Amino acid sequence: MGEISERAAVRRLHDRLGFGLGPGDAEAGYDVAVRRLLGVAGEGAPPPALTAPAPVEKPAKGQKRDKEARKAANKARVAQEAKVTGWWLDRMVASGGAVGGPAGAATERLTWFWHGHFATSEQKVRSPQLMLAQNQTFRKFARGSFTELARAMVVDAAMIRWLDGNDNREGSPNENLAREFLELFTLGIGHYAETDVFEGARALTGWTIRRTSTQARFVPARHDSAPKTMLGKTGNFDAKGFVDLALAKPESAPFVIERLWFRLVSATPPPAATMDRLVAAYGVRRDVGAVLKAITAEPAFRDSGSTLVKQPVEWVVGLMRALGVQPAKLDDKSRMKVLAGLRGMGQLPLRPPSVGGWPSGGSWLTTSAGVTRLQLALLLARNAELGQLQKSSARVDGVRALLGVDQWSTRTRDALAGVTEPAQMVAVAACAPEYVVSG
Amino acid sequence: MDNLTRRRFLTMSGVTAAGALAVGATQVSWSDLMTAAVRDPLNSEDSVLVVVTLYGGNDGLNTVIPAGDPAYQQARPDLAYQPNDVLDLGDGLGLNPGLKGLKGLWDDKSLAIVRGVGYPDPDRSHFRSMAIWQTASPKTSVPTGWLGRWLDATGSDPLRAVSVEPTLPPLLAGATTAAASLPVRGLKLPDGKLGTAFAALGKPLAGEEHWQAQAAKSLQDLQEAVRVLGGAVHDQADTEDDEDDEKTKGTSAGGGSQLGAQLDLVAGLIEAGVPTRAYSVSLGGFDTHADERGTQQRLLGELDGALTPFVERMRKGDRGRQVVVLVYSEFGRRVHANGSDGTDHGTAGPLFVIGDKVKGGFFGEQPSLTDLSNGDLKATTDFRDVYGTVLRDVLGCDPGKVLDGYDGQVDGLLKV
Repeated sequence: MGEISERAAVRRLHDRLGFGLGPGDAEAGYDVAVRRLLGVAGEGAPPPALTAPAPVEKPAKGQKRDKEARKAANKARVAQEAKVTGWWLDRMVASGGAVGGPAGAATERLTWFWHGHFATSEQKVRSPQLMLAQNQTFRKFARGSFTELARAMVVDAAMIRWLDGNDNREGSPNENLAREFLELFTLGIGHYAETDVFEGARALTGWTIRRTSTQARFVPARHDSAPKTMLGKTGNFDAKGFVDLALAKPESAPFVIERLWFRLVSATPPPAATMDRLVAAYGVRRDVGAVLKAITAEPAFRDSGSTLVKQPVEWVVGLMRALGVQPAKLDDKSRMKVLAGLRGMGQLPLRPPSVGGWPSGGSWLTTSAGVTRLQLALLLARNAELGQLQKSSARVDGVRALLGVDQWSTRTRDALAGVTEPAQMVAVAACAPEYVVSG
Repeated sequence: MDNLTRRRFLTMSGVTAAGALAVGATQVSWSDLMTAAVRDPLNSEDSVLVVVTLYGGNDGLNTVIPAGDPAYQQARPDLAYQPNDVLDLGDGLGLNPGLKGLKGLWDDKSLAIVRGVGYPDPDRSHFRSMAIWQTASPKTSVPTGWLGRWLDATGSDPLRAVSVEPTLPPLLAGATTAAASLPVRGLKLPDGKLGTAFAALGKPLAGEEHWQAQAAKSLQDLQEAVRVLGGAVHDQADTEDDEDDEKTKGTSAGGGSQLGAQLDLVAGLIEAGVPTRAYSVSLGGFDTHADERGTQQRLLGELDGALTPFVERMRKGDRGRQVVVLVYSEFGRRVHANGSDGTDHGTAGPLFVIGDKVKGGFFGEQPSLTDLSNGDLKATTDFRDVYGTVLRDVLGCDPGKVLDGYDGQVDGLLKV
């Protein structure tokens, strides 16, 4: 494996720490691109607005029209979910470039990453309000301190509902949240014992959610305040104490960093020396932004072997950015088709398949996803202004530049040579292996 | 476990990684599969295995229910079914009322229930436990699934496995061969110039980077799938059932939905004579930490509503009569209810084996409700005994080759 070119490395930076190249991004050098992506989000146009939907009234029980009322409430909630998901996609597309500066793109990209890490699904939460509040928390801490993010997540209302924390009270601990927190969010299998799960559940007792608020509330009467022994320490631990004990374990830093690495750099784990440098950057503050910066300085980040299959959301957002298609400006039917396409490719935001998050790599390259990908690309291309491809005599190269692909293989060149209509050409190009994979 | 093996385990589970699953594996191409279907269709005497994975840890005690046992009633008073609620099976056990169709199969003697199935030193992580079940390697981690290794071991024949799920489950990943995946949704490709150009993207290219080659290969497979199977694939709406309050209360720990549609597709493939010997389908949502009773009964109802017509349909044809269905979950749940009208992660549970080739009835001992290990049921049957039996009697393979020398069996489970 060798080092990729400076230009390819800049493109990779934007693929991995943002949602693909924005206008003018390809022209910057590597160091400038790192600074622009990982600096403070600059002033720019405000992000897309969203009026937070109001909670759907729960229909009264035992009434004659109960069933119909429930159906109507479900329908309203589904519409709210689509609204929130649409807004988030809109925000991902708008991030970087002219809006918010490239640093906004990295924040949005990490917001997306944390959603996959602390994977929570509306399928069970059934409250777009709570999902939205969780999403804002991801954004707030996206490139900040993992300590603060983890502390916020363990008492996050959507998370509590998702992992049955609301039923966790003194005398009848519910282990779900404590277990997944240790296994999937902070430490990984093998670094805690069953008793830690049990005692952790006791530490988390007392946090409840109410329909009237998107914030969980601590009810001391429900909290088990007797001493607990977990992760080698004894004390009257509460939620914050539980998080801090888990994060203090030496295995926590490599666990979190490896998950970042796996999604942003490569399926091959970082070499030991690299991991040491990244752990040092992470530091006692558990600084995610510093880790990201350190990652960009690693030789492995610029290695030609560090390729990743784009997840469907990354692919579709990147494509919309390249084509200048803003989801909010699509007609309702097309916008719903975008969401349906994401579902068809296996990755709809707010709906991770399990608490373990989404799969990656070859899992996205299924036969059904291939069909959906083409249909979706065609839909987006038909909503784009493609005048420059209309008159270009070098269309094959024009569509390459439009999508920010380093170079076409002879196979893709041949395939593209057979189509003349610009939208079809873009759709085929977007399905080409060189675009589906972030090289 | 050292770091590498641990990582591999997680890789297998799809939690932190999926990359390693496909590395070194060559996906079965549709042209191989379909050419074989025409040239060498499934022998009507060849048995077919259909594996149904229930993700999330199905509560075995409320599936095959010891309703009359006072220890059961005491352990979970608000979750327990009363003796007159359950579908009586004899032996003091009854099926969950959601499993009416399966009760009919039991009465026909085509449903076997293997009781107390598990593995030593149970792990309560969904992902680790599912990795153990799917790799059939309870102590050490291996990067291949048990049916994947069966594929590896029988590679010279057109014996193939197909997954009807959104992503390839680890159980079907071998070291050199991985199963093909087929979507439940319809496949419609454009024709004309667009179709031609799209098809051209699937052409193999020498010396290409790994993932790009995989991306191209998936498009090539797609072309083959549409060409041969297009008409056989159900054009089903891919929407989630979001209308049902009760059904969505289990945390998802993986697995698909639309089990009925998945099984419809499998039935069509079997009837068409595709020379596939093993299929994988799944149903998710069994992680019932809270408000379990209604949720689980609905899910079991979905299982029942999908499986029963599938088995009935299969009975009508020669090939179908050779089908054996295996239904399992990664673990059962605690004997005692938690404080949320649910149960936390537990251990052993019952497993279903269904088909005309199956000798109906109970196998394995029912775990004791009074002799527990840390509040958990003690497994009485090693899950590899069941795998060994289906490998030998359904897939006609030496189980030791696939199960690393393990040679346990569930005697008399299948008619041979």
